[in-house]
Amino acid sequence: MKKLLMATAATALMTGSAFAAAHGKEVKLGVLFGFTGPIESLTGPMAAGAELAMKEVTDSGLLLDGAKVTSMRADTGCIDNGLATSNAEKMIAEGVNGIIGGDCSGVTGAVLQNVAIPNGMVMISPSATSPGLSTVEDKDLFFRTAPSDAREGQVMTDILMDRGIKSIALTYTNNDYGKGLADAIKTNFEAAGGKVTIYASHEDGKADYSAEVGALAAAGGDLLVVAGYLDQGGAGIIKAALDAGAWETFGLPGGMIGENLPKTIGPDLDGSFGQIAGSAGDGVDKFVELMKAANDFDATSPYTPESYDAAALFMLAMQAANSTDPAVYGAKIMEVANAPGEKILPGELGKALEILKAGGDIDYVGASAVELIGPGESAGTYREIEVKDGKNETVRMR
Amino acid sequence: MDPLNALIAVSNYVLIPGIAYGSQLALGALGVTLIYGILRFSNFAHGDTMAFGAMVTILVTWWMQGHGIHLGVLPTALLALPFGILGTMALLLATDRVVYRFYREQKAKPVIMVIVSLGVMFIMNGIVRFIIGVDDQQFADGERFIISARDFKAWTGLEEGLSIRTSQGITFIATIVSVALLFWFLNKTRTGKSMRAYSDNEDLALLSGINPERVVMITWLIVAALCTVAGVLYGLDKTFKPFTYFQLLLPIFAAAIVGGLGNPLGAIAGGFVIAFSEVAVTYAWKKVLGYLAPGGWEPEGLVQLISTDYKFAVSFAILLIVLLFKPTGLFKGKSV
Repeated sequence: MKKLLMATAATALMTGSAFAAAHGKEVKLGVLFGFTGPIESLTGPMAAGAELAMKEVTDSGLLLDGAKVTSMRADTGCIDNGLATSNAEKMIAEGVNGIIGGDCSGVTGAVLQNVAIPNGMVMISPSATSPGLSTVEDKDLFFRTAPSDAREGQVMTDILMDRGIKSIALTYTNNDYGKGLADAIKTNFEAAGGKVTIYASHEDGKADYSAEVGALAAAGGDLLVVAGYLDQGGAGIIKAALDAGAWETFGLPGGMIGENLPKTIGPDLDGSFGQIAGSAGDGVDKFVELMKAANDFDATSPYTPESYDAAALFMLAMQAANSTDPAVYGAKIMEVANAPGEKILPGELGKALEILKAGGDIDYVGASAVELIGPGESAGTYREIEVKDGKNETVRMR
Repeated sequence: MDPLNALIAVSNYVLIPGIAYGSQLALGALGVTLIYGILRFSNFAHGDTMAFGAMVTILVTWWMQGHGIHLGVLPTALLALPFGILGTMALLLATDRVVYRFYREQKAKPVIMVIVSLGVMFIMNGIVRFIIGVDDQQFADGERFIISARDFKAWTGLEEGLSIRTSQGITFIATIVSVALLFWFLNKTRTGKSMRAYSDNEDLALLSGINPERVVMITWLIVAALCTVAGVLYGLDKTFKPFTYFQLLLPIFAAAIVGGLGNPLGAIAGGFVIAFSEVAVTYAWKKVLGYLAPGGWEPEGLVQLISTDYKFAVSFAILLIVLLFKPTGLFKGKSV
């Protein structure tokens, strides 16, 4: 009897461990975006993009010999540092192997300082673009597939100069992102000989923007540049400026480019222009196809390709390091993202994992032409956008 | 010297936006003040009730637009407004039945009611987002401008444009009509008088045979109507987005308190004080002074009293000053 019991127990144990070997390799990636708040209309497609990469890898069954990649979503509120850090803590407690996020620059900095660095967790943000994040002492734990706004300032200045605009009124959303970007635009534009007539912030989510527009209009300028959010004060400012007849065209930096803006403002927005980090070419085309096949989300929505790439980089680095430990695979992220090696487009993650397993080298191109420079941020190609017939159209690449 | 252009610039950037925004705040503040006066608590759910009313109206508007029902130059939303009001009335009566009545029977302290209304606020917040989503919604149609800046410049040949939007005109007229109706109701009808009696002295009112549940019900019905009208006008004039309605709560409360909580006249005055202080104090007078000054004397700087960043600070500074010197508000309300 005793023997029988022992045998059963032993069998149970054996099956247990066998079971664990087959299914225990679960890689958990945190998706930490502002599902509520000022950019809530962008984060749905972004998260879908990241999860598409996870599904692709899970289906291939090639990551670390058949690991299943699961996503854990949590909210940052985009501008709510308290919410973002507590949700990041929760992710750490749940044992995530990496955090895709945050989305807005302020919360990303807060999560990095208060959660990621103390816990040695790697973060890859697809959309935090504040120049301040380039110089943070991040212990090589922070990367971004989006370029810094310092670069966007140069690009915007080039576009303005090419279009013969000599003076601008500049308003920005009052946070890390808006201030950083507006500073970059102002410095570059003035260095190029342009004049900034007024440099004023606006708060998001306000009931009324006539005061702001009154001040901006009094200062004048060829063009009003709105470094804000399209779902927020940015749209409010444009609407109020159009209604008062103060300006007819607007300069639209990255945070203002999205399908919702032409929809909200209507035909009056036609002719306004701007730029957003993004890429043209095979990568993004392929990604659009993939997203269409997988779900109904719009793959051209801003920062969606970058989100797919952020997720992909995590999983490729894990395979390259053969580990899910942030301290180990973190060092591999720059390696898989950059040359030398075989170029990898969206939909080819399975192939990439095979190459890495065989000890080969890859150069992840992905949906947004990833090339990580300096402190681990995207070098930055930009799409120059012009609003034509109520659509954001890419005029050229910068 | 060009006083005409100066006048137009001030009207376009200060007067007209100020009046429209002030009217929206006044309608909101009236609701807050009625609840405070009669039900005796500050209703934090007010902003989200406005969002709910606007949402129902938007849904009906879309349905009408889908069936080809239009109102010509006026927005179709005006036609849908009564349905929105009915929907909000149903919601408010239901919340009162389910939530507030329980606390009223317990004779709960006002501070408890305030916290309860905070809970109701979050629930309504969720309901609205659940039904219509978090995004901006478009529902305005009809003619957008009464006078557009471009046409005005063409007509008059002036350098400055003047624009009056249809929504601003409607807002102003609707506010006057609603306020007139409300005052007529409160002052001339039997029910209105009983409401005022209940507000002034609850015990005495009860002794003289006023049915409290009826007063409460009618208050909610009026508040529902005011909320929906304010919410829809605001949505027509700016945009409908649940988040901004939540943010609207602060200026509305500031308006109600500045005017004197519990005093309808004060709510209206407070709405305009807050709106104009936000718009006028932060206005950059460069252009206007440029028109008024003799040639060559145009100011170089912006001539802005304080930056627009502080516009909220302005309304709250006014709020503090009023509370320090007249704790009951400009028009003798109840002390807070």
